[in-house]
Amino acid sequence: MSKKKEEIIVDKFEANPQYQKLREEYLYSINKRRISVHEREEDELTELEKSKYVKKAKRIRNAFIAYSVLIIIALVVVYPFLWMVGSTFKDSSRVFADIGIFTKKPTITAYKTVLNKYGGNINIIKALINTYTYVIPEVILTVISSLITAYGFARFEFIGKKVFYVLMMSTLFFPQVVLYIPQYILFSKWHMVGSEWYLPLIIPTAFATESYFVYMFIQFLNNTSKEYEDNARIDGCNYLGTFLFVVIPMMMPVIITSAVFKFTWASNDLLGPILYVVTPAKYPASLFVKMSMDSAAGFNWARILAIAFISIIPNVIVFVLASNIVVEEVGSEGIRG
Amino acid sequence: MNTLRKSKKNIGFIFILPWFVGFLVFKAYPIILSLYYSFTDYNFFRGVTTYTLQNYKDMYVNQTDRAALIVTIKYVFMTVPIKLIIALGVALLLNKRSKMVNFFKVVYYLPAILGGSVAIAVLWKAIFNDNGLIHGLCKMVGMQAPKFMTNPFWALFMLGTLNIWQFGVFMLIFLTALNMVPKELYEVASIDGAGRMKQFFYITLPQITPIIFYNIVTGIVVSFQDFNGPFIITRGGPLGSTTLMSLMIYNNAFKTFNMGKASAQSWVLFVLLAIFTALAFITQKYWVYQPEDDGKK
Repeated sequence: MSKKKEEIIVDKFEANPQYQKLREEYLYSINKRRISVHEREEDELTELEKSKYVKKAKRIRNAFIAYSVLIIIALVVVYPFLWMVGSTFKDSSRVFADIGIFTKKPTITAYKTVLNKYGGNINIIKALINTYTYVIPEVILTVISSLITAYGFARFEFIGKKVFYVLMMSTLFFPQVVLYIPQYILFSKWHMVGSEWYLPLIIPTAFATESYFVYMFIQFLNNTSKEYEDNARIDGCNYLGTFLFVVIPMMMPVIITSAVFKFTWASNDLLGPILYVVTPAKYPASLFVKMSMDSAAGFNWARILAIAFISIIPNVIVFVLASNIVVEEVGSEGIRG
Repeated sequence: MNTLRKSKKNIGFIFILPWFVGFLVFKAYPIILSLYYSFTDYNFFRGVTTYTLQNYKDMYVNQTDRAALIVTIKYVFMTVPIKLIIALGVALLLNKRSKMVNFFKVVYYLPAILGGSVAIAVLWKAIFNDNGLIHGLCKMVGMQAPKFMTNPFWALFMLGTLNIWQFGVFMLIFLTALNMVPKELYEVASIDGAGRMKQFFYITLPQITPIIFYNIVTGIVVSFQDFNGPFIITRGGPLGSTTLMSLMIYNNAFKTFNMGKASAQSWVLFVLLAIFTALAFITQKYWVYQPEDDGKK
């Protein structure tokens, strides 16, 4: 009974034109939404795809710009160097006339005269040999003494360690300029100025006097775990053995980097040789290059540049050979500190 | 047990013993000696005759001494910021690139290896000569190159370029630092709608301030002590405009052998360097990002 009543009501309701209108509108809106949803999905898809392409294009464009700028800067950076190499093959009168690297009429005149000896019975080859008679001992001694010191600081406890450490670190930024004068007085008292074996240059390096390297090694050791060393100790390896066979192999990248640094610094050094090398026959390359520039009457630039170029070839070779390691280590230098 | 621990203590000291001997002989003793001589009129051949403060007074009173001081400060203020900006710019360009990164790293670092050599100083002289490479390049584009060897301003600028050319060290350190900025920070920022510029100024820059600080300090130390450039290229000229303090000290100590005066000047240089470094250290709490101490340190 009641059901019937309800049906009647519903029928009545559905018969109402107002309701029918509403219903139509409702269905229409549902349909519309369905359609619009569909449409929108299509839109979104294409937009997504589009944005993907746009992004990719943007990325390629950005990379293109970045690499162009990088190449331009690289050219600016190496151009002086390339120009120097190129100029050594120019006729001396053309060195400044050609701003390009290559010349129309290349010549090797500069290299022919490069080996001519100066009054002091020295040429660039002999000067280079002189250079490496002290640079190589300096490199070896610096690395060994700095390693030993750093190992002591990083891995042992002893009385007064903190004080020693502060003393060591305080000399890190201490300007070498202050030390030149008293050290010169010291070595002249010891009669080592003009020493045939470059003793004033070599001796200090045996005592880890360059705090920079000690600091670099300590930072490396502080950032590596002691586990391997402890294991080696437990296995019965003594301190020396642990040091030689565990620590040193582990530190190879930073050791190589330090060696390259010391090699270039020592061979670039000019002030040291000026103070302590007296006889021209003993001049190292740095001093020899300066001397040949100063004494060249009328500046035979092609020849001077040839001498200069030869003097840095060993540095370039050493750097290029170790470049991958050095570049990595230098990058992490600031981070560890 | 006790003896073992004792021997262990000795071993630690034995490792640093060579350094300590070297420190006493080649650092501590010379430093004291230098400080002593700075208050005397010590001449290498004549020895000490009187004690005096004149060496330090001259730094202020004497026109040429003061000029060297000012030129050195100018030089540092010119080289360090430019070098930093170029290094950071190049590092940003190289950051997150994959192709040829190592090649570029090596190329940009090469000047740092060669820059200190006499050969490159000679090359610089050839480049900036009155009829040198720069002169030729400027002529090509129809410009008149400045007279680098005779104009005081341009002479100092030229020396600066030799220093700035060696930006590779800073660049490599920046590059590593950029790589270590947490990626999540950028992700969060880009969700929040921060653009590239905002990301750089609000994330990258604050995150690498410790490295900027490190580079500033090492940059100051290096620039204050530059010697080869003024010594070989300009010999301090024209009119003393490129006589950095390092060169003046050398001239006083080893040309006229007035080592007392030179010692005083080297101490002034040291104090100057210390002041600048200290300034960097004191101000660092205002601008250097201090990571939360997670107790690991």
